[in-house]
Amino acid sequence: MQEKDGLKIVIVGHVDHGKSTVIGRLLYDTESLPEGAVEKVKRIAKETGKPFEYAYLLDAFEEEQKQGITIDTTQIQFFTKKREYVLIDAPGHKEFLKNMISGAANANAALLVIDAQQGVQEQSKRHGYMLSLLGIKKVYVIVNKMDLVDYSETVFENVVKEMGDFLAGLGVHPQAYIPVSGFYGENISKHSDSMPWYKGEPILDAIDLIPGEDNIDRKPLRLPIQDVYKFDDRRIIAGRIEAGTLAVGDEIAIYPGGRRTRIESIEHWSERDAKTSASAGESTGITVRDEFFNQRGEIITHIGDTPSISNRLRASLFWLGKNPLVLHKKYRLKLATQEVECEVETILRVIDAASLDSSEQAAKIALNDVAEVILRCKDEIAFDLFDQNQATGRFVIVDGYDVAGGGIVVAAEAAAAQAVQPTFVEGTIEARGDIFDEFYYDVESYEVTKVAQHKDVYKLGDTIPTEGESFAYPDDFDIIILRDQAAVSVRDRKVTAIKPLADYHYADKPLINGRGFGIKAQSEADVKALLAENAALAADDIAGKAKFSNKWFFFNQYRRLTFYFVLCDLIKTNKHKTAAESIPRQFCV
Amino acid sequence: MAMDHLDKLEAESIFILREAYKKLGKLGMLWSIGKDSTVLLWLAKKAFYGHCPFPFIHVDTKHKIPAMIEYRDRVAKELDLDLIVHTNEAAIAAGMGPDKGRLACCKALKTEGLQQVVHKYAFDGLIVGVRRDEEGSRSKERVFSERTKDDAWDYVNQPPELWNQFKTDFPKGNHIRVHPLLAWNEIDIWQYIRREEIPIIDLYFAKNGKRYRSLGCAPCTGQIDSQADTLDKIIEELKHTKTGERAGRKQDQEDSYAMQKLRKEGYM
Repeated sequence: MQEKDGLKIVIVGHVDHGKSTVIGRLLYDTESLPEGAVEKVKRIAKETGKPFEYAYLLDAFEEEQKQGITIDTTQIQFFTKKREYVLIDAPGHKEFLKNMISGAANANAALLVIDAQQGVQEQSKRHGYMLSLLGIKKVYVIVNKMDLVDYSETVFENVVKEMGDFLAGLGVHPQAYIPVSGFYGENISKHSDSMPWYKGEPILDAIDLIPGEDNIDRKPLRLPIQDVYKFDDRRIIAGRIEAGTLAVGDEIAIYPGGRRTRIESIEHWSERDAKTSASAGESTGITVRDEFFNQRGEIITHIGDTPSISNRLRASLFWLGKNPLVLHKKYRLKLATQEVECEVETILRVIDAASLDSSEQAAKIALNDVAEVILRCKDEIAFDLFDQNQATGRFVIVDGYDVAGGGIVVAAEAAAAQAVQPTFVEGTIEARGDIFDEFYYDVESYEVTKVAQHKDVYKLGDTIPTEGESFAYPDDFDIIILRDQAAVSVRDRKVTAIKPLADYHYADKPLINGRGFGIKAQSEADVKALLAENAALAADDIAGKAKFSNKWFFFNQYRRLTFYFVLCDLIKTNKHKTAAESIPRQFCV
Repeated sequence: MAMDHLDKLEAESIFILREAYKKLGKLGMLWSIGKDSTVLLWLAKKAFYGHCPFPFIHVDTKHKIPAMIEYRDRVAKELDLDLIVHTNEAAIAAGMGPDKGRLACCKALKTEGLQQVVHKYAFDGLIVGVRRDEEGSRSKERVFSERTKDDAWDYVNQPPELWNQFKTDFPKGNHIRVHPLLAWNEIDIWQYIRREEIPIIDLYFAKNGKRYRSLGCAPCTGQIDSQADTLDKIIEELKHTKTGERAGRKQDQEDSYAMQKLRKEGYM
C-alpha cells in the first residue's frame, strides 16, 4: 500500500566513489526513467566516444559530461511499492561543497557512498560531518564497488569500522551499512548472490523501512510572519507554520516583543480552503483581535511556549564563502523570516572536518571549514535551539549578495547591553543625546515613561530639532553633558561647538543639562560651582545626587509631560524594556 | 488534517510567491496560457487572497496556436488581469521564423523578446512556471535564480540555497527568476487542476484521437495520439506513459544540448 508521504534522500560521498552509478542503477531498476532518457544518453555517449555509464543519466550538463564531474545538484523522483522518493544527487568534489549542502539541506535521509577499495577519504568524512550539522540523522552508508574487492567480507568490515568510529565521534549513528556494486547492480534492488555473508537489506528495501516524518504539528507553535497584507479591508498576517497547530480563538504571543492577542480568523480565497485550524507545513493567513504594528520577522507562538530571545547565540556553522569569515566584520543573519546585522564575537574553535582536529586560536573561518562561534546581532531575535525546533533553530549568513554560510543554534547566550549611540561627535569627543528623550504620562497604566528617540549623529554645523512632543528648547542654548564630560553649543539651532567640559565658559545663553533639564546657573561662577559639586559627589550617593539635582535643575523649564496612549509603536523602536513590561494589557488604536 | 502530497507542494509554492512579492522590488509573472502557468496564476490568487499585486506577461511570438490567443484575451478580461503582451517586432519584421532554424527562432522571438520586456519595465523579479522534471537544464535551477543585465545565467557558480532562504539581494540591473513550480511533476499539475477545478484551455483534451501534451508555438509543437478527453483520462494516461512530456517539442531535438544553451542565455 503506497504511503502518502514522500521522502527526500540525498546521496553524498567522495568524488569517483560511484554515487552517480548507484543512482542511475536505482532509477533503472525501479523503471523510473522516461523513455527517451536511456536512448538520449546512449546517443551522446556515441557522439563523444565514451562508454555508456548509468551515471550519465543524471549529468544533464554539457560541462559535466565532458569532465565527468557533477557540478550542481539534481533532484529526481522515483517510486517503490511503498512510496515516492525524491533523490538528491550532490556533488562529491571538494570545490562544490556548497552545492552539496544546498542539496542535502532539504533531505530527510542520506546515503553516504564509499568506495570499498579506496576506503574512507577526506570528502567521506567531511560529508559525514556536514550531515550531522544539517540535522540529518537517518544515514545509510553504502560501501560501493564491492566487485573490485572480490566481494570480500573482510574489506567491508574494515570500512565499516573506520567510518563507524569517525561518525560516532560526531554523534552520528548510521542506520545500516550496505555493501553494493552500482555497476553490476548487486544489492541495489535485489539481494546479491555474490555476497551471501551479508544478511541485511538491499538499498531499496532498506529505504522503504525508513519511518515517515515526526509529528511536527504537535510541537510548540511557531509561525514566523512572512508579510502583512492590506489589499482590502482585512489585515492579514501571512506566513508558513513551521511547527505546531493553531486555531481560531487561540490566545497568542508575538516575539521578540511579547505582545499578546487572539486569532480572530483564518483567511482563504478558494471556498474549499475555509477552515478553523491550520498546522505545520501550511502557508496560512490570519487576522487578529488587536491591531498593532506587526511586521515580517516576528514569530507567533502560543502563550507559554516562549522561544529564546537574545542578541547573542552560540552556533555550529559551516562556511561556504570565497572570502573567509572574520571576527567583527558585519554580515547579515537570516533565521526564519528575521533578518538582522550580525558579527562573530568569538570563534570558540575551528574544526578540520577530515581529521576532527580543532584549533582554538583561530581568527577566521575559511571556505569549507566548520566552526563553533558566538554570534552577536544588532537587535534581539527570537529563536529555538536546533534540537528543539529545526526551522527556528537554523540560519544562514549572508556576505554581500550571497549566502556564504549556514549553521544551527546550539545555545542562547546572555543578551549584551545595547551599545549606546553617541549623538554629538567631534573628533574624539562623543556625547549622548538624552536631551531628545520624550517623557510621557501613560493614561492607561498611570505611569510616567521615558522613551529614547534619536539615532542621528550631529556634527559641527548640523541643525538639530529643538522641539519634540515633550520638549521645546530655545534657538540659542548650551548643553552641559555631565555623564560624558562634554559641552555643546547651539546657535540658531545649529551645532557651533562640541568641546570637553573643562574648556566650557558661560556664554550668557540658556543652559540645559544632558537630559534636557534647565540649569539654574546665571554666570561663570555658577557653572564652576555646579561642576565642582558634581565632581565631589560619590558614585553611590543617591541621596546626594537627588539633592544636587533639585538644587541645580528645573525639570519643567523646557520640558513637559505629554499624555499618551499609543505606546505600542514607540516601544517597538526604543530599548527601554521597563516601559514594555509596565503595560499590563495592550491599549492601542 | 494531515497534508497530502499536493497540499505540501501548494504550501511551498505559496511561500515562494509571498517571499518574491515581499523581497523583490518590481515583480512580474510570465503567463504562457499553458497548464503550468495557469496553475501558477491560481496559486497567486491563493497566496494573495484573490488579489494579484503584479502584472502578467505574455511573450507573444506570433506563432502561437490561435486558440491560445483567444483564450488568453478572454481569461485576462474575466479575471481582470493586468496583462502585458510583448512581441519582438523588430525580429518579426526582419523575417525571423522557424524556417531560419528552430534554435535561432526561439532565441530571437522568445529569449530576446523576454529580455526586451524585462528591460522595458525594469523588472527586479520574474516569476516563471518551469518545473525540474520538464528537462535536464531546468532540473538544475534554483528557486530564486539570478540573471545578469544581459540575462545570462551563470549556472556553474550558483550560490547555495538552503533552508528556504532565497537569494533576494543582487546588484541593480540584474534580476531574479523565481520558480515556484520547480518541485511539481507533470502529473502533480494535472491532479491539482482536477482537485481545484481550475479552468484549462481545451487544447489539452483529445479531439479526433489527438491532443497536445505540451503547448508551444504552432510550427514546433506536435500533438500526441490520445483518446483522453477528460481530466481523469489524462491523468490515467500520464500514469502509464513512458514518453517524455516534451517529446513533441521539436526545438529540443535539434541539438543534444539545445535547452541548456538557450537557458544559459536567458531562455525561460
